[in-house]
Amino acid sequence: MSELKRTPLFDVYKEYGAKTIDFGGWELPVQFTSIKEEHEAVRTKAGLFDVSHMGEIRVEGEDALSFLQQMLTNDLSNLQPNQAIYTVMCNEKGGTIDDLIVYMLADQDYLLVVNAGNTDKDFEWLKRHQSGRVQVSNVSEEWAQLAIQGPLAESILQELSKETDLSEIKFFKFHPRVKLGNVYALVSRTGYTGEDGFEIYVESKEAPALWKAILDAGKEEGLLPCGLGARDTLRFEAGLPLYGQELTEDISPLEAGLGFAVKLKKDSFIGAEALRAQKEKGVPRKLIGLEMIDRGIPRHGYPVFADGKEIGQVTTGTQSPTLKKSIGLALVEAAFAVPGQELVVEIRGKQLAAKAVKSPFYKRSK
Amino acid sequence: MATPKELRYSEEHEWVKTEGDKLRIGITDFAQSELGDIVFVELPSVGDEVTADEPFGSVESVKTVSELYAPVSGKVVEVNEELDDSPEFVNESPYEKAWMIVVEPSDASQVDSLMSAEEYDEMTKED
Repeated sequence: MSELKRTPLFDVYKEYGAKTIDFGGWELPVQFTSIKEEHEAVRTKAGLFDVSHMGEIRVEGEDALSFLQQMLTNDLSNLQPNQAIYTVMCNEKGGTIDDLIVYMLADQDYLLVVNAGNTDKDFEWLKRHQSGRVQVSNVSEEWAQLAIQGPLAESILQELSKETDLSEIKFFKFHPRVKLGNVYALVSRTGYTGEDGFEIYVESKEAPALWKAILDAGKEEGLLPCGLGARDTLRFEAGLPLYGQELTEDISPLEAGLGFAVKLKKDSFIGAEALRAQKEKGVPRKLIGLEMIDRGIPRHGYPVFADGKEIGQVTTGTQSPTLKKSIGLALVEAAFAVPGQELVVEIRGKQLAAKAVKSPFYKRSK
Repeated sequence: MATPKELRYSEEHEWVKTEGDKLRIGITDFAQSELGDIVFVELPSVGDEVTADEPFGSVESVKTVSELYAPVSGKVVEVNEELDDSPEFVNESPYEKAWMIVVEPSDASQVDSLMSAEEYDEMTKED
């Protein structure tokens, strides 16, 4: 087995008691203290995540916009500099190659932030379809990424930002050069937890000092360093898809409930025909929420039944730390994707009763 | 990590406490710490037979499912039903509140082949 990759923060978070795991070839912290505590901190106070493993791909040049319009499902034509947009990249069949955020740095200059495990695949896919005056570069190594998430995220980060008023950065907008202590960072109001917060992009070498400075700034407010375990339960409760579970090359963004990021009216893009056909005929499968009635926890890959036949599988499931319920997301035949539908989940050989419910399971009150 | 001297231990991280002719069984402090927050415990029913080295139930943390392996063979005579509603006892009190089952062993000498606290500490140190 090849050696695990490490982020620029590896040595630092080891000091904070991180328990690390192999996550898609990266040695990353799954937890620092406890998944439940970290989850709770993000819902009620704030948490700091190292997400430097995420990939960054820069697309620049005169034809950058038309190229990206061809590659991505969302419509970037109205995107302005310092704005970000969530989108999907599909194959010809409408299956999902990746879901990503596009940051418009300047005219003809975009930064694509992609899932760590898909970085090489995405880069090759973009290179393969490259056309016109466009330069595509994988700049993942240059960037580290921290995420501070939770209701106190803004006030904590503001303590480090003497020059920029962070409240002026609205949802899915960013500031390209915020001075945080002694470090300059791109700061965007985005995240993967269902809470308010920021994602912070800095040069890799600046990351350790910034990590410490943020944790020190938030110590009294209860800011905790958080691992991937809590990140997963947080995003799951908020109904945010995880690539490899809710999204794969066999699952379309329409099936996964991401229709808001698929603009079939813009000029054609890769996968548009297949997605249009799905929309006209109705999607074959849909992602639903499910709640266990019998005692048991649904997990990724467990089969789901209704009317005595297998209708799909659980994509993610756990005991929800916020709701204290055993819940899951499942991709099932569309006819059964109705809240209240009686379901059966097979959990290690046992047929256990469940019902379809609305997702997301959690929405922050604001 | 606590490893009470008076208990015996299995390689699958269960502890066994001798109480007269019965054995009380749970999982170790080391095991709960490795698993993280326990959110679900599934145990057999009173009257069920368990077989040494075979699964008798499972514990689930937020992230994973782990089987519980019976350290001895015998008949289940008591089950800790409090763990249904309070699985966190496994993290908080692995040797006291979070005992899992009491077994009437088919052969009392099975306990002798289990590890002492020193041997168990030695084993988990190498992990």
